[in-house]
Amino acid sequence: MLIAVLSGFGLAVIAPWLNRIARGATGWIIALLPLGLVIYFATLIGPIVNGKVITESHAWVPTLDINLSFYVDGLSLLFALIITGVGMLIVIYGSGYLAGHPQIGRFYAYLLMFMASMLGVVLADNVITLFIFWELTSVSSFLLIGYYHEKADSRAAALQALLVTGIGGLALLAGLVLMGRVTGTWEISELLNQGEILRNHPLYWLILTLILAGAFTKSAQFPFHFWLPGAMAAPAPVSAYLHSATMVKAGIYLIARLSPALGGTEMWLYTVTGFGTVTMVLAAYIAWQETDLKRILAYSTVSALGTLMMLLGLGDHIAVEAAIVYLIVHSLYKGSLFMVVGAVDHESGTRFITELGGLRRAMPLIAIAAGLAALSMSGIPLFFGFIGKELIYEATLEAHLLSYWAYIITGAAVVANALTIVAAGLVAIKPFFGQQVETPEQPHRAPLSMWLGPMILAGLGLVFGLISSDAIKTALPLNIDDAVSAVVSGILAESAHVSLHLFPSEISIIVILSVITIAGGVGFYLLRDTLYRFIRPLNIITKWGPERWYDWILDGMMMVARLQTRVLQSGYLRYYLLIIILMTVGLAGTTLVTQSKIGLEIFRQIPNVRVYELFIYITIVAAIVVTVTTSSRLTAVAALGVVGYGMALIFTLFGAPDLAMTQFSIETLSVILLVLVLYKLPRFSVFSSTKQHLRDVIVALAGGSLMTVLILIVTALDSQSRLTPYFAENSLALARGHNVVNVILVDFRGFDTMGEITVLGIAALGVYGLLKLRLEKIHRSDEEQEAQAHQRQSTDHFLQADK
Amino acid sequence: MTSLILSTATRYMLPLLLLFSVFLLLQGHHEPGGGFVGGLVAAAAFALYAFAFNVVNARQALRVDPRTLIGIGLLLAVGSGLISLFDNLPFMTGLWSSQAIPVLGKVGTPMLFDVGVYLVVVGVTLTIIFSLAESD
Repeated sequence: MLIAVLSGFGLAVIAPWLNRIARGATGWIIALLPLGLVIYFATLIGPIVNGKVITESHAWVPTLDINLSFYVDGLSLLFALIITGVGMLIVIYGSGYLAGHPQIGRFYAYLLMFMASMLGVVLADNVITLFIFWELTSVSSFLLIGYYHEKADSRAAALQALLVTGIGGLALLAGLVLMGRVTGTWEISELLNQGEILRNHPLYWLILTLILAGAFTKSAQFPFHFWLPGAMAAPAPVSAYLHSATMVKAGIYLIARLSPALGGTEMWLYTVTGFGTVTMVLAAYIAWQETDLKRILAYSTVSALGTLMMLLGLGDHIAVEAAIVYLIVHSLYKGSLFMVVGAVDHESGTRFITELGGLRRAMPLIAIAAGLAALSMSGIPLFFGFIGKELIYEATLEAHLLSYWAYIITGAAVVANALTIVAAGLVAIKPFFGQQVETPEQPHRAPLSMWLGPMILAGLGLVFGLISSDAIKTALPLNIDDAVSAVVSGILAESAHVSLHLFPSEISIIVILSVITIAGGVGFYLLRDTLYRFIRPLNIITKWGPERWYDWILDGMMMVARLQTRVLQSGYLRYYLLIIILMTVGLAGTTLVTQSKIGLEIFRQIPNVRVYELFIYITIVAAIVVTVTTSSRLTAVAALGVVGYGMALIFTLFGAPDLAMTQFSIETLSVILLVLVLYKLPRFSVFSSTKQHLRDVIVALAGGSLMTVLILIVTALDSQSRLTPYFAENSLALARGHNVVNVILVDFRGFDTMGEITVLGIAALGVYGLLKLRLEKIHRSDEEQEAQAHQRQSTDHFLQADK
Repeated sequence: MTSLILSTATRYMLPLLLLFSVFLLLQGHHEPGGGFVGGLVAAAAFALYAFAFNVVNARQALRVDPRTLIGIGLLLAVGSGLISLFDNLPFMTGLWSSQAIPVLGKVGTPMLFDVGVYLVVVGVTLTIIFSLAESD
């Protein structure tokens, strides 16, 4: 299992190199991995259908209870099969769609990385593991949406998707952690038995809100739906894979997975069903007004996700069954249609329905795939989509809601489904039938790699429909009823049995609703242009929708960032120092005054000062006075050096030879550095007013006094330290060194030292960059400036001793 | 501003100071010293050389670019921590030889780490000093 999940990451690393060797055949070679995974997961179908659950656990961060643990039941397996199966077709399709693109190696790498992450999400048992894979899908989605990175709108769309799903991801993490704290377990399989505890906990509402925020952003529910149409900037195979068949269903998966733990409450029912219904209708309403084929599909995907969310919110037996069937239906037809649209765009150069028509002659196989997929999407009998739609109506009518709500939801579902039929028609009829229209490129037949995927997926929509018929069902070794039952049992966390029927046994209200839906959809499609003219004026409202809110928030954030940067990052060293010292004095001083129990007794140590110590102190103070009052920078630096050397002497006297030695060397080098820098400054002059001087004096005195008091306190408390005896005792025993200071540096606190030398290295490179880049600029500027620079060099450069 | 006394003295001081810095580095585990102060002394030696002659000569005397020293030092420091992983011990566990080696005494991974610190300090200090001295 671990290998199955992680192999994708491994292959992702070598995919770009593989592409250099295998060239055009790369897609077919890489597709072998998902093919192998499909076969592996297919072998698990048997045991899972018989009610087995497969678990596997590897320690990862045992101290934090984070394990690479996996849990496979019907639900996980269904998702795993969709991910790997569609993934295989997408890799092949992508090799045709992006053939000749210079960065196609990267495409394979991102796609495999996504596939592996997504597998991780649906198979993970540990909630933190799930979260990490969840975020990895967001990252790979970001990379794939921004695949055409040279286009600005591509980058903006990628960022938008990342920000929306990323914020949701953070909410999810908070929710998962809370859930773990409340139940005391981090494994989903154990969480599912703790539903009672969770639902009765006072923080239940918060946990649910946070987790729903994660699921809603990922699955593009209103009001977060806008990132999905934006994500259409990605290449078509990415849209087909991530943004219809798999990633956007991660939120659906999460809700389905956690429904035994969190579901069944009023809040769950009304929130999940409510947002789902709104999303379903709103997106279906927008979809038919678009003219870009990909955006039509994107909105109809959002609508389908809303439908799934609504069904999971209802959460009873029949609703879950409907959700599962509809999920399979949708993955098949939507994946297929996205690939069809990609092929149309690829071969004809446009994907606007106003510029397309009559392509059936030029691309017959693509047209057939589109037709099959659209029929399933419209829910025409014989297709799996028909069964899905029947089940939806059954679920909404039987919903355990106040009576009229059930009717409202059913009505909403009928409207959404009818509008979905319009969208299906727009994608499958408009481009392929009617008059042949001049397209930007001469349309030609799509290669095998590009029609294979859509054809298989669309064909499966019909196959699944047919094997659900009572006649064929019994003849097959694996009964589709049992397979769906296994998934439903996985979601409900109790054994369930369902029975699918291709043909309804009687003319019930459900059949009548189906007829109304199809008739309404066809009528709507025919009257589309007329209706659109009436509706267009109303669309001003959508301009003020959530996408605009996103822009406002983003702009606002940038403005605040600029503002605070301007205030805090003034660029003047004096202000930085002022702020740092004042903050330290303010924070430490306040704590000292309010919290400390130490009185004036700390000053009692002062009288034991020896004469030679006093001599050093006087020297230091005198040097400080010189530093502050002198009008020569060189004198100031030299005087500062005296201060440093004085301190080093004190270290020597108090038995800290290491410190003293380091202080001596540092002081020497600092003087050298300061001299080198100061030499390049203009003539010394006083700019500050007396007021500013006074301010600086006060701040300096405050800072100095604070440090003095702090040191006096520390020395007064010295005897209480537990560290000194520990290091003294263990230095030789544990680290085999007599020099405690050095042992602390390289062994006990070696990790700190590692960090410090890294920082030092980066700082040096920073200084180097600042100085050298500036130099290059001077060299590149005009000759006059260069001459000036030369002049300065010859007059100022005191280092050139051999001149 | 050439000083014959300074340049002549520096010729003899440089190797002595470098020797002293290595001495500080090696004895650091038991007596006062260590990689940090050793590195500072070595850097000061080359800074002196740059003052007595010029930066170009000092760079030639150093032979390697100080930036390379930063890289090598960091690699050594990280590498010394990685060794214990092969023994199934946590990162940066100190390992020591059981036999004493002449002059060095018992050697261990913390010493290697200290050599890394030494090189980073030399590299950082000289990168900054040389760049400042060359800039104009």
